[in-house]
Amino acid sequence: MAGSDDVILLDFWVSAFGLRVRIALAEKGIHYEYREENLQNKSPLLLEMNPVHKKIPVLIHQGKPVCESNIIVQYIDEAWHDKSPSLLPSDPYLRAQARFWADFVDKKVYEAAKKIWMTEGEEDRQVAKKELIEVLKVLEGQLGEKPYMVGESFGLADIAMIPFSVWFHTLNEIGKMNIERECPKLAAWVNRCMERESVSKTLPHPHKFYEFVLEMQKKKGH
Amino acid sequence: MGKNTEIKLLGTPPSPFVNRVQFVLNLKSIEYEYIDENLACKSELLLTSNPVYKKVPVLFHGNKPPIPESLIIIEYLDEIYPDIHPILPSDPLGRADNHFWANYIDNKFFALFEELRITPGKEGKEAIKKQIIEGSGLLEETFVKLSNGKTYFGGDNVGYLDVVLGCFLGWTKIFEKLNEFNIFDEVRTPKLLEWTNRIRSHESLKDVIPGSEALMNFYMMVMKHKPPRVA
Repeated sequence: MAGSDDVILLDFWVSAFGLRVRIALAEKGIHYEYREENLQNKSPLLLEMNPVHKKIPVLIHQGKPVCESNIIVQYIDEAWHDKSPSLLPSDPYLRAQARFWADFVDKKVYEAAKKIWMTEGEEDRQVAKKELIEVLKVLEGQLGEKPYMVGESFGLADIAMIPFSVWFHTLNEIGKMNIERECPKLAAWVNRCMERESVSKTLPHPHKFYEFVLEMQKKKGH
Repeated sequence: MGKNTEIKLLGTPPSPFVNRVQFVLNLKSIEYEYIDENLACKSELLLTSNPVYKKVPVLFHGNKPPIPESLIIIEYLDEIYPDIHPILPSDPLGRADNHFWANYIDNKFFALFEELRITPGKEGKEAIKKQIIEGSGLLEETFVKLSNGKTYFGGDNVGYLDVVLGCFLGWTKIFEKLNEFNIFDEVRTPKLLEWTNRIRSHESLKDVIPGSEALMNFYMMVMKHKPPRVA
């Protein structure tokens, strides 16, 4: 049985990937030390604990690092399997589904969303918008009438996606879109997730993220 | 075979991702039906069973909806047949480590091979070859650490990373030949070099990876359908 002591999270306040880990830790009620990384000046600890990618989040448990947010969430579920709730379903088929959709967020949502503020020029932005909406509609389809991504319980797939809800306001503003109108089921799912303390107390306010992106764009001379 | 109703695998022989699933099915002595897919003209079955990515492998188990993505399929098989040749370790940290390196192998290491294929010009290719060599060095370190003096990444028995990396070895040979370099060699990656010979001749894998000719034909097809970048 893993103890709650000696858990350190190397993270960056606005990182959707770091937020996944924070939500998972909150779900399980695990106490940990949060260390904010300056991504322009990474700490020796981060470079030591994630030498391959040098990225956050990194969970350090009893001195050993675990990297990659979806992997960390599953690690948390396994290392603290005696603490409820479970973050993955118990049925192997549904577990496969949960992993698939968590991975889909990485492969598709993240890339498509980033393009909205990274592309320049109206034409490219329109293409990026279309791509993002298509991707979100796939999630909308997966959700269907279910309360959560893979079934009745909040878990890995929801945890993988919910931090990106913080991006919606920014995407709507910069992309001149209305994600909630295009994907009402997804919007309802966001509200449902926000009813959980682990989510509402962890996610930063969408306006803060918008400020952050505007800062970033200013620095790049947009 | 116990709780197994019927397992079918939709795939194509030159795909290392499909080979992984075949390797695991063999290791676990699971009987299955193999359905051959034509990637140049994707079937209705593929398009409906994996609408999100339209890729092989796809696993069908009884009347459950299909499961795509090789790593997800492997973990699924490991969970429904935990007692026959377990693939992943049981401890959470070991599992996290294995997943981490599988991600690295797929998203960083093997991704370089596609880059190499489509990058025009000698200079561009040399830069990527250098990265592949660096990657193989990292994998050598990982092998030494995880094998802990034993035969495989998984220790005494074939494990997850043996499957994940082992199934790329038909392709690494092709790329070595086409690009005139050695990815694994006696000086830089001695342990991995030994391992490559051992894993390729493993009972459960040796008849799975197609020969060089079949792989070259597939390579030509890919070159035609997804041509390299223009210089």
